[in-house]
Amino acid sequence: MIEAENVHFSYPNGIEAVKGVSLTVQDGEFVAIMGQNGAGKTTLVKHFNGLLKPTSGVVRVDGVETTKTTVASLARNVGFVFQNPDHQLFSETVEEEIAFALKNFGFERDVMQKRVDWALKLLGLEKYRKTSPFLLSGGERKRVALASVLAWDPKILILDEPTIGQDHEQKEKLRQFIIQMQTQKRTIIIVTHDVEFVAECNPRVVLMKEGKIIADGEGKNILTSAETLTDASIVLPQVAQVFQQLSNSTLPKNIIDIYEAKVLLCKALECKRR
Amino acid sequence: MPLVETKNLTYTYVGAVSPSIKNINIEVEKGEFVLVTGPSGCGKTTLCRCFNGLIPHFYQGTLNGEITVAGLKPTEQPTYDMAKHVGLVFQNPENQLFALSIEKDVAFGLENLGYPRAEIRRRIDWAMKLTGIYELREKSPHEVSGGQQQRVAIASVLAMQPEILVLDEPTSFLDPLSAERIFEVIRSLNKTLGLTVILVEHRLDLTAKYADRMILMDEGEVKLQGSPREVLSREEARLIGVGIPKATLLYQMLSKEGVKLDGPIPLSSDELATQLKEALERV
Repeated sequence: MIEAENVHFSYPNGIEAVKGVSLTVQDGEFVAIMGQNGAGKTTLVKHFNGLLKPTSGVVRVDGVETTKTTVASLARNVGFVFQNPDHQLFSETVEEEIAFALKNFGFERDVMQKRVDWALKLLGLEKYRKTSPFLLSGGERKRVALASVLAWDPKILILDEPTIGQDHEQKEKLRQFIIQMQTQKRTIIIVTHDVEFVAECNPRVVLMKEGKIIADGEGKNILTSAETLTDASIVLPQVAQVFQQLSNSTLPKNIIDIYEAKVLLCKALECKRR
Repeated sequence: MPLVETKNLTYTYVGAVSPSIKNINIEVEKGEFVLVTGPSGCGKTTLCRCFNGLIPHFYQGTLNGEITVAGLKPTEQPTYDMAKHVGLVFQNPENQLFALSIEKDVAFGLENLGYPRAEIRRRIDWAMKLTGIYELREKSPHEVSGGQQQRVAIASVLAMQPEILVLDEPTSFLDPLSAERIFEVIRSLNKTLGLTVILVEHRLDLTAKYADRMILMDEGEVKLQGSPREVLSREEARLIGVGIPKATLLYQMLSKEGVKLDGPIPLSSDELATQLKEALERV
């Protein structure tokens, strides 16, 4: 469980990026933190693995205050994948990159090999096993960074903009993977601008603006409140945009799921199934 | 004559076993807005690197076939000459920012080409205002957010006023409203100044509506070309795994159920909503 109580954070240059955030994420929850550039999303989540310590306020991970422990010991339970993969990749080959943390955590050799194989397969990177991460495309490097964290199977997974540079198929795989993680009671926190991805996953959504939380609730409700979203520089998912415009009909407004949309429209238009 | 033309363009990186792009034959006319899409790793970025000669001058490897850009051969011209004609915005903004202040970064290209001081001032102010970073100009490009860095990268290329603007996922770090604003700016430069735009994107929900033409790549090859409506309505587009805009997809799902809407396949939620409103009124 992650608990943030009235967290403030100022960078050394005096900019206050987080201004009094209180947030509790339960074990097994899937939360998407959304908001405009510079809203403090990344700054906030960097507190969850102790990379940043609050200027005031408290952050507890599984009951332990992050100021009373080290990033290294938090890392075993909290995996963090950065927005920009180049900030975390450094090894000669993709395989070594994924094995790095496992070695540091002292996994046995055969377990390590199994986990590396599993992570490579999961992210479709098997053919790049012996390739340098720096020869890969931007989207592929992002997947290597993700694989290197998934390999040690942390209890809490924080993904900063995981869908950047990912094509449709990779996004779908990521979604499936998140569902699988949830069944295993893993906690997943993503920071993202990708409204369509969030609409497909329908997690709890936390909206941030100027260092504060301005909305927190079920994805379906947050992603269909046009005013709140615009305030956070997020656009409505396309399905929601369509339903908001059908204002004269009796159709509901809070629809984000495309299959639900299809069923409702079919009914409204009284179409016959083939 | 097309502004950009490739004939059987094929390129293999050093140390790679197979080519990243294979037999690429494309033509881009002056003033066109072309959207290039395709799965991750399909060769989109590699193709971009050919337009301004980064391939083969900066990246070694084997390049075969022909490429002509603005009447020049990027394979023979030095990259600094190509830079006058082709502006490239990289996928990762950190790879192109280096100066001590944002303003200096935006001015760098113009200073190198020896423009007079007043002209540099005028152009960089214009570019920084268009991209919404004017207020940040004294800051270091490395102390601003990823989204702001992308705006700096776009501004520094726009300041050069190239004939051809090549953008490789230029707004991936930007929030959707900011991304839309940037695409609107690019679209208006395309319309008003006749700027030729080649945009690489996965997020078709944001970009399909701007493009005159779409090129779909897969495994290093061009698989489909045409208007976004033509390409997105083809079964191959779905099979290759392109992120079809949800409005387009919903239209397709409805027509499979026998719902006939009036109008062409929609590229945006506005287009679909209009068609649905009409259909609902008829019920």
